[in-house]
Amino acid sequence: MAHEYENHAPMTMRMETPMPYEWSIGKYGSRFFQEIREKNQFIGIRCPGCGKVYIPPRRVCGPCFKELDELVELPNQGAITAFSIVNYPFIDPNTGIQRPIPYTYGYIRIDGADNIFSHIIDETDENKIKVGMRVRAVFKEKDAMQGHINDIKHFEIVD
Amino acid sequence: MPQRVAIVGTGQTDHKSHRPDVNQREMINEAVVRALEDCEMTIRDIDAIIIGNMDHFESINYVDTWSVEGSGGVMKPIMKITTGGTTGASVAIAAYYHVASGLFDKVLAIGWEKNSESDTTAAIVTCSDPVWDRFSYSGAIPSLASEASAYMEQYGATQHDAARVAVRDRKNAMNNPHAHLRKPVTIEDVMASPMLAYPVKLGDVCPRTDGACAVVLAADGIAQKVTPRPAWFVASAVRHTYTWFGDSTDYDQGLVSLKNASREAYQKAGIRNPADELDVAELYLPYTYAGLKYIEALDFCAPGHGPRFVADGHTEIDGKIPVNPSGGVISTNCIGATALLRVAEAAIQIMGKGGKRQVHGANLALATGFGGCFWSDVVLLCGDRP
Amino acid sequence: MDNIAIIGLAQTRYERRKKDKIFLDLVYETTTAALDDAGLTIDDIDNVVTVSNDFFDGRTISGMAVGDAAGAYDKNISTVEGDGAFGAMYGAMRVLGGAGTTLVVAHCKGSEGDTATITNGMFDPIYQRHLGINAVTSSAIQANAYLHRYGITEQDIAMVSVKNHGNAKNNPFAQLPMDICVDDVMTSKKIADPLKLLDCSPVSDGAAAIIIADEKTAGRAAKPPVWIKGMAHCADEYFLGDRDLTNPRSLRQAAQKAYAMAGITDPFKEIHVAEIYEAFTYMEPLWLEGLGFCEPGQGPSLLKDGVTTMDGRLPVNPSGGVLSAHAVLVAGLARIIEIAEQLRDTAGARQVTGAGMGLAHGINGPCGQSHCVWILSKEK
Repeated sequence: MAHEYENHAPMTMRMETPMPYEWSIGKYGSRFFQEIREKNQFIGIRCPGCGKVYIPPRRVCGPCFKELDELVELPNQGAITAFSIVNYPFIDPNTGIQRPIPYTYGYIRIDGADNIFSHIIDETDENKIKVGMRVRAVFKEKDAMQGHINDIKHFEIVD
Repeated sequence: MPQRVAIVGTGQTDHKSHRPDVNQREMINEAVVRALEDCEMTIRDIDAIIIGNMDHFESINYVDTWSVEGSGGVMKPIMKITTGGTTGASVAIAAYYHVASGLFDKVLAIGWEKNSESDTTAAIVTCSDPVWDRFSYSGAIPSLASEASAYMEQYGATQHDAARVAVRDRKNAMNNPHAHLRKPVTIEDVMASPMLAYPVKLGDVCPRTDGACAVVLAADGIAQKVTPRPAWFVASAVRHTYTWFGDSTDYDQGLVSLKNASREAYQKAGIRNPADELDVAELYLPYTYAGLKYIEALDFCAPGHGPRFVADGHTEIDGKIPVNPSGGVISTNCIGATALLRVAEAAIQIMGKGGKRQVHGANLALATGFGGCFWSDVVLLCGDRP
Repeated sequence: MDNIAIIGLAQTRYERRKKDKIFLDLVYETTTAALDDAGLTIDDIDNVVTVSNDFFDGRTISGMAVGDAAGAYDKNISTVEGDGAFGAMYGAMRVLGGAGTTLVVAHCKGSEGDTATITNGMFDPIYQRHLGINAVTSSAIQANAYLHRYGITEQDIAMVSVKNHGNAKNNPFAQLPMDICVDDVMTSKKIADPLKLLDCSPVSDGAAAIIIADEKTAGRAAKPPVWIKGMAHCADEYFLGDRDLTNPRSLRQAAQKAYAMAGITDPFKEIHVAEIYEAFTYMEPLWLEGLGFCEPGQGPSLLKDGVTTMDGRLPVNPSGGVLSAHAVLVAGLARIIEIAEQLRDTAGARQVTGAGMGLAHGINGPCGQSHCVWILSKEK
């Protein structure tokens, strides 16, 4: 009997169950999305301990373990500190289907902020993008905004 | 007073890209059986179990209770520890505290992952903040690429320098019968491999692996009876520096979490010159550039000297401080098991069970874990009872 | 075991949906409140154990999201995935193992995911998950088995809901304080036979934190320390069909070990108050049997005889229990916190007079597969 079973190919079972969530954005995060909707501008938050300005704004500075409340208006522009033209296929957990490639994942230092904001940069030609280039956020139309990170469509190079 | 604790047995699967011949529990069980055999115990001897992996990689919730048939946890205490890439080392540290606390004398630590059963990048993407980062994040490679290019710019390191790390680890893997990628590579091979995200190429990064690792720990008084040369815990330390991806802007400071964790562990162990005093290091290097940069954070050499240190052969198996005689993460990466494999391999070296990968006379060994948002775990093991 | 104690504690009020709060808010608020309670600052904390679950949070490495809010920057940190009672156990081990003062903080927002899907995820993907089984339906199976075996009625278990929701009226942290009668439970919406809406715990958002320290540090705490006398955990078989669902033998084993550690020989006499993880009404009597407070099948009699009511010999779930607030993962830690409040004599209107020794209990896995039992004491 034993070797009779050994001749069977191993089988697998697929699961594609979607798993829905509705995450809270938080007090300051909600302000961030209101600000881009109303003014097409960003908002950060300053730590009273170390003086760092964080974007997106959050309630606690980890290193200082202090509560933050000083919101700081920030422009919708900054500079590329790092980027990657993503060209490998993978399933996008947001949608359950493959994320369209290529696309450029960018680390952007917003003017006046001390940390980095990550988003998409609409340039996939590696000869036309480099670290240090100036970029500007491109927003959806106000009516189409829904308090989602893709209310910012992408960043575009302005150099 | 805390009990002294030692590793007395290790077991691991023969790591492969796909294990369709076993289900997840069966794969876990292979490692458990081998670990128990290694120290001539049975599951009845085990007082408690600690297990870790990443839920969304296999889509199993409550892995501690789900795993019991494979882990041996039926009618035993079991708990789950999960800290990302560091999970395996965090499991080992939790196992240490299970025994050190005096609540248990013999415990089993398990790390596992069956990466072939899901889209690994999709799973990694879910570690990003769902509101801010998940929309654009594309997995580990771009952030590592950013780290690598910043390091190259700061110190003038080259892609060749990084490739040497792959050459070393893949050569060492030839001596490890359990390693996943057992085929040597040359600098030219790495340089010619496809570019994933500049400067990181396919030959620079770890594979995705199906595998499990299990380690048996025992208290002072029992450990010496179980095995002639236990690997004693000397110190452990953990740092998780950042919560937000965008806060990790201090690349030019080196890997801060590893620097701070290793300083704490060295201090506890009384180590002043790690490169001279450590006999072997099993480091969680998820890609080659880490093999240059992280050894600086560990104070094996001065900042910026990593490339020279590696090129001069100091990290070879016969060098001053052999790094990754097992072949490391670049040869085998079953994520939840990976950092536990580092601890297990460090213990194997001290126990003198390394076979062809044995470092002669290894007595003091370092193991590290690395993971999400620059999380670092450090474990120091020694042949001498502390 | 060396003397160790809970020296600080805090929890949020539990609510169905804390829409204005993210995980960071919940963890930061409870962490700072627990520090205040202990009279400590974050610099006094040597290491941090966070408790979270990647499925509930919808995030891989869910612990990564709360390190800064837990004050863990540049400190030793780890994450237990499972009920907070288990997380607290690891925290206690770190204190006993010489790692210093430890903060344990758990959070969960049940409102953000789909609990049925998430708890379906704890069932075997090959053999069970496609059947649509989840925490409620599996518990209904267990309830039926338990009722059938001992001739227990649905009215018997409905009494647990009446008692616990009534107790919750005295607990400002509870989500569902309610004046109800057995009839209300019996006529509430059928969820999964024999369980009706009022047999089931709610979906909740909340967080809780405790600080555990050695004897020396406990001497400096702002409030009287609550001493940890015993703790133990144990898991049964995984597949429901491999278990006797009416016999919680892993709970029995954990309890016996915890009692032995605490030097307890007659739990019914020596323990004055208990907080039990009753995610569903039937679980309270079933777990009381596993804890050895009565013979198998006699759990419902304890309530009928008035033993487990507020003025009984062994008040059970004076907080209102899990039926009155069920932030998953947090709930076991909340049980520990309630017992600590009772032993500190700070439980207000729900104070059990003369409580000197208390029991707290947490569970992991389907149908109470894994249990964790804590024995806490006012005296060292």
